[in-house]
Amino acid sequence: MKSLVSLAALAAALSCGTAQAQQITVKIGVMSDMSSLYSDIGGAGSTAAAKLAVADFQKDNPNVKVEILSADHQNKPDVGSSVVNKWFDTEGVDLVIDVPNSGVALATSEIARAKNKVFVVSGAAASDLTGSKCNANTVHWTYDTWMLANGTGKALVKTGGDSWFFLTADYAFGHALERDTAAAVEANGGKVLGKVRHPLNTNDFSSFLLQAQTSKAKVIGLANAGGDTINSIKAGAEFGIVKGGQKFAGLLVFASDVNALGLATAQGLTLTETWYWDANDVNRAWTKRWQVERPGKFPTMVQAGVYAGLTHYLKAVAALKASADGKAVVAKMKELPTDDPLFGKGTIRADGRKVHDAYLFEVKAPAESKHPGDFYHLRATIPAAEAFRPLKDGQCPLASG
Amino acid sequence: MFEIFGIPSQALFGQLLLGLINGSFYALLSLGLAVIFGMLNIINFTHGAQYMMGAFVAFFLLQYGGLSYWWALLFAPIIVAVTGIVIERAFLQWLYKLDHLYGLLLTFGIALITEGVFRNYFGSSGLPYQMPDALRGGQNLGFMFLPNYRAWVIVFSLFVCLATWFVIERTRLGAYLRAATENPTLVRAFGINVPRMITLTYGLGVGLAALAGVMAAPIYNVSPQMGADLIIVVFAVVVIGGMGSIMGAIVTGFGLGVIEGLTKVFFPEASNTVIFVIMAIVLLVRPAGLFGRTA
Repeated sequence: MKSLVSLAALAAALSCGTAQAQQITVKIGVMSDMSSLYSDIGGAGSTAAAKLAVADFQKDNPNVKVEILSADHQNKPDVGSSVVNKWFDTEGVDLVIDVPNSGVALATSEIARAKNKVFVVSGAAASDLTGSKCNANTVHWTYDTWMLANGTGKALVKTGGDSWFFLTADYAFGHALERDTAAAVEANGGKVLGKVRHPLNTNDFSSFLLQAQTSKAKVIGLANAGGDTINSIKAGAEFGIVKGGQKFAGLLVFASDVNALGLATAQGLTLTETWYWDANDVNRAWTKRWQVERPGKFPTMVQAGVYAGLTHYLKAVAALKASADGKAVVAKMKELPTDDPLFGKGTIRADGRKVHDAYLFEVKAPAESKHPGDFYHLRATIPAAEAFRPLKDGQCPLASG
Repeated sequence: MFEIFGIPSQALFGQLLLGLINGSFYALLSLGLAVIFGMLNIINFTHGAQYMMGAFVAFFLLQYGGLSYWWALLFAPIIVAVTGIVIERAFLQWLYKLDHLYGLLLTFGIALITEGVFRNYFGSSGLPYQMPDALRGGQNLGFMFLPNYRAWVIVFSLFVCLATWFVIERTRLGAYLRAATENPTLVRAFGINVPRMITLTYGLGVGLAALAGVMAAPIYNVSPQMGADLIIVVFAVVVIGGMGSIMGAIVTGFGLGVIEGLTKVFFPEASNTVIFVIMAIVLLVRPAGLFGRTA
């Protein structure tokens, strides 16, 4: 009898043990621009961030096995789509993460919906991903065009920059950013004096800056990205734009762009980001670990977003003990409050929008910068509730239903 | 202040001047291409990558060697020209007798590899390069603020262009060179080392690209793709000027800079297409280009 009881106890303990240690295998794909203009914003740095997220998560959850794939979408929606289709169909990938370039991200989001997988966006900007094009399989983590426009636009108008001139990249992203920012400026009592639309990948901005200069606008809004923004600001420094009393507002500027410009050229630039590596000790410690794989570089908010988004995804999978049903995983992600070392506590709304604080930064002068990567003064914190587009304004069907 | 087509003349003069400045980059780059095509019959697609290398070498010299912009103007073209000479000796010299396409494919491949290698090591967002102190600031010309650096660019590149033209068209060395292109066998018979001259000519063309790169470093983004963005426009300039025509490359370079500058005022969206529209028209009317000789 005694031996029977102990046998039963042993059996119970064993079955309990097997339930605890039930192996969950997850396959994730980091798709980014690995070789071109956005590769410093996401790229290999995003893959490095994903590896850190997996390593940290497995410390507490050794039963979750994660395999990471990565691919280059070359900024072409067709290339990105075929990668994602292959991942989902033949390689058993459960989650695609990052995907800078809104065109590729919108295509990926649609495939994730059709195949009931999960897509966590960190690199792409278009607020349509959680607006009219939202779906129940997509979470948009780090930032979006509405938040950039509103953060920088509103803050500058409030501090006296009430007349604007736009330098806009002449394609969908630039137009959206210009439209959203102009709306934020006007809603806060500012005026838009003019704009000029330049072709993508313009080398020389001096002509456009001369037009901005003659407009006498207090703020020159740069509704462009990457090399175009860098070239605008470089030419602006040379033509004495900032010295003449006008101010640049970088509507999409990453830490890597500031690094490329150098502080002497970028100083005084106002911009909005949701994460900065040098903001606190936790971020600095994380950056040190990240730099093991990316020596000499500084992580961007996009790469931090990959870490945080993946961490939260893995939590949801561990809670569900399954990763196959993408919709269920995303529903779980929305249900669980988010909490990670980099973005702190937050939530994911019904439309897939992750909300957290945003920060208005001003680029330091070279003399104020104490160590490499010491880029920003914090000028204001925009609370999570105000930083992103209100749920009801996004025209996302998930938000109403 | 009067107006022209609704644009204040003030703005117009400013844009004309800016156009000339941009034109000086086109002129420098297309000059190198024209020299290489004229003398070697090679369509040098590596030109953009070599322009980029010039800017990067300037950055390395400053960062690791402590050598200022002025030294970079001298050394960067030499260093990049040496890499060009290696390419010429190792690969290009075998292609002169073949169709243009082979040279084009080879140089295009080298350009892609070079840009890829730089991107791998230095990332895509670029490197900072500060303007030399002596050229900071600017002059108020009344109708516009002219940064000193841009004034320097226009003067210096004009000088380099004219000097190159003079050497090739008006000196004994240039005469040998032109003769060697026409009839290498005969020139060799006179005891002139034609292959070496060809090699050095390629070096010169490449050096000109690198020089333009150094001049671009303080004002444009120093990134691996900086050349790829520019090279297509420069090819259009060379085609409009007439393949291989030295003076054609210089005049069209400056001229198209001005036209592009004006487009930026009247119809900014078209500013990067206008050159190709002109190219199409010129090719229809004069297939050999404005200054080209029909074969």
